[in-house]
Amino acid sequence: MIETQPAGLLIDHVSKDLGGRTIVSDMQLEVHAGELTCLLGPSGCGKTTTLRMIGGFLQPDGGEILIDGSDVSRLPPERRPTAMVFQNYALWPHMTVFNNVAFGLKLRKLPKNEIRERVENVLELVGLTHHVHSYPARISGGEQQRVALARALVLEPKVLLLDEPLSNLDAKLRVRVREDIREIQQRIGITTVFVTHDQDEALSISDRIAVMSGGKVEQYADPRTLYREPATHFVASFVGAMNFYSATVQDGAIVLADGTRVSCEGMAPNGGGEFEVGVRPEDVEVTANGDGAEATVLREIPRGHYKELVLKLGGDEARAFVAPELTTSEQPRIRFTRAVLYRDGVLQQAESPVAVR
Amino acid sequence: MSAVEHQGVALGGLEAAELPVARTNRRRRPDMRTFGMKLVGIVLVVVLLVFMVGPLVWLMLRAFSGLWQFPQFLPSHWTLAWWRSVFDDKSLAHSIRLSFEFAPIVTIASACICLPAAYAFSRFNFPGRRVLLVSLFATNAFPKIGLYISMAGVFYSLNLMGTFLGVVIVQLIGTIVFMTWIPTAAFSAIPRSLEEAARDVGAGPLRVFFRVTFPLAAPGILVAMILSFLVAFDEAQGTFLVGIPNYITMPTEMYTLVLNYPEQAAAVFSILLAIPSVVLMSFARKHVMGGKLAEGFQIR
Repeated sequence: MIETQPAGLLIDHVSKDLGGRTIVSDMQLEVHAGELTCLLGPSGCGKTTTLRMIGGFLQPDGGEILIDGSDVSRLPPERRPTAMVFQNYALWPHMTVFNNVAFGLKLRKLPKNEIRERVENVLELVGLTHHVHSYPARISGGEQQRVALARALVLEPKVLLLDEPLSNLDAKLRVRVREDIREIQQRIGITTVFVTHDQDEALSISDRIAVMSGGKVEQYADPRTLYREPATHFVASFVGAMNFYSATVQDGAIVLADGTRVSCEGMAPNGGGEFEVGVRPEDVEVTANGDGAEATVLREIPRGHYKELVLKLGGDEARAFVAPELTTSEQPRIRFTRAVLYRDGVLQQAESPVAVR
Repeated sequence: MSAVEHQGVALGGLEAAELPVARTNRRRRPDMRTFGMKLVGIVLVVVLLVFMVGPLVWLMLRAFSGLWQFPQFLPSHWTLAWWRSVFDDKSLAHSIRLSFEFAPIVTIASACICLPAAYAFSRFNFPGRRVLLVSLFATNAFPKIGLYISMAGVFYSLNLMGTFLGVVIVQLIGTIVFMTWIPTAAFSAIPRSLEEAARDVGAGPLRVFFRVTFPLAAPGILVAMILSFLVAFDEAQGTFLVGIPNYITMPTEMYTLVLNYPEQAAAVFSILLAIPSVVLMSFARKHVMGGKLAEGFQIR
């Protein structure tokens, strides 16, 4: 069995310029021992650059990277206690699956039978015992992915790095493999940094997510907090769907720019003035009649286990996720059950959580 | 004459590898296959065969022929006498040995010089990279004999004329383009992440090169070495100019043969000269172009 001593990873004021552009600027991040942390962000946000600096493929221009308290930022990749799973898997095509996995152990001059034992163990862990002597070109993408994971895990690294490992798989497989990765990660308790641009992926498998934009961490939180209380306007719009309105806030209501008043329990003026108000589509309550702001249904989009309604709300638009069996009149009433307020792109008030319908 | 012929053989080998593609394209348009088109095709193939294979057939016949007079379609008398006379002739046998010494030495020297350069061209972006890469063609852009004459001037002052080293250098010149361009492409085809992955599991830069980069580039390097071997083996002009009178290789011996020996002896010699090309090219086709090594590159 593979054993790792969970090790913490600290990215301490790290910055990196590439080709005259600042890719990562003064980044600060603490990855807790034994946790899976996702670096999430759009392309060009610096997440892969950060990962490559942790792995040693890039040298930070400033700052330090500490693993288990010791500075590794000047070490080459071969001397770091990290192992990387590359986006394209980077399996060596001239070696069999066994030799791909065993390569690192052979370099360490371990006895032959120990190498065989450890390779067999790790291939069993990723469920690939039947392909030991196949060449990488002969196995499927999902299987190649597992070989890459096995090759990284067999060295019992302190930190496992995954660079968009699922982006080359088809949608169904992606969901299965990400669950497998999470399961393996939890079983051996390895500190893991997972880079992705897919928020769904990040939300489903992470202990903590660092949302990055423009080379900085916008928010670092567990998936629930990240979703319910996005710290910035950017995070709110990048993670999940969000309705945004320029609006003012009264007691228990939100007043849109054109004067439409939508009730929202627990809202307080909070200093007054105009806010960017964010409302998740599942927090838009749609009723056939009764009290609430008037709205008009523009479109209905069936989504399987829920239904998306596109509504005209005053001069704005609102998207709502409702139960698929809900039948609405053409002019339903809507209320917000929860809203988050932003001023200058920063979260203003963490409203007390209201139970979701 | 022989140099031109051998390049023909070399190209033939390379094109054959691409044939299946052409065939599938043709199958998609059966309406084109009218009788007339077919006839034109057959005539073209026959003309091409006569043009390309004809001289070789004549060469073969000539090498084994005894008496062969004009109206006869085939020689009336067959003999191995010409082969015996070539192998018995001390200077001819010596030139065969010399050729098989020079070509491998030049190939290996060329590999030692050009492969590091090819790696640098493919992996590092240094100022003047493009210019340098293109300028390697310069030696092929000018008439060779002019280049050799001016080289001779330099060689005289360096006392390289008529020396072993001088011949190696002059043959090396012709191999540089192949030995740099083909391996550069081979190195560039290897994704960097394959090298990074090897670093990641604990291999130092040198080990990465010998365990990952080199094995993956090997097919390309092998092709470059085969081509360089043939270029060196067939090089006549420069070798003649620099090597005489001490180093007369097979292709330079051809000059003397054509003038001073019966043409059957020249035919035997031409066939001997062609053997390495045929053997190496068929080897390259069988083991390098198809097969497992090329398949491995399908992975991204």
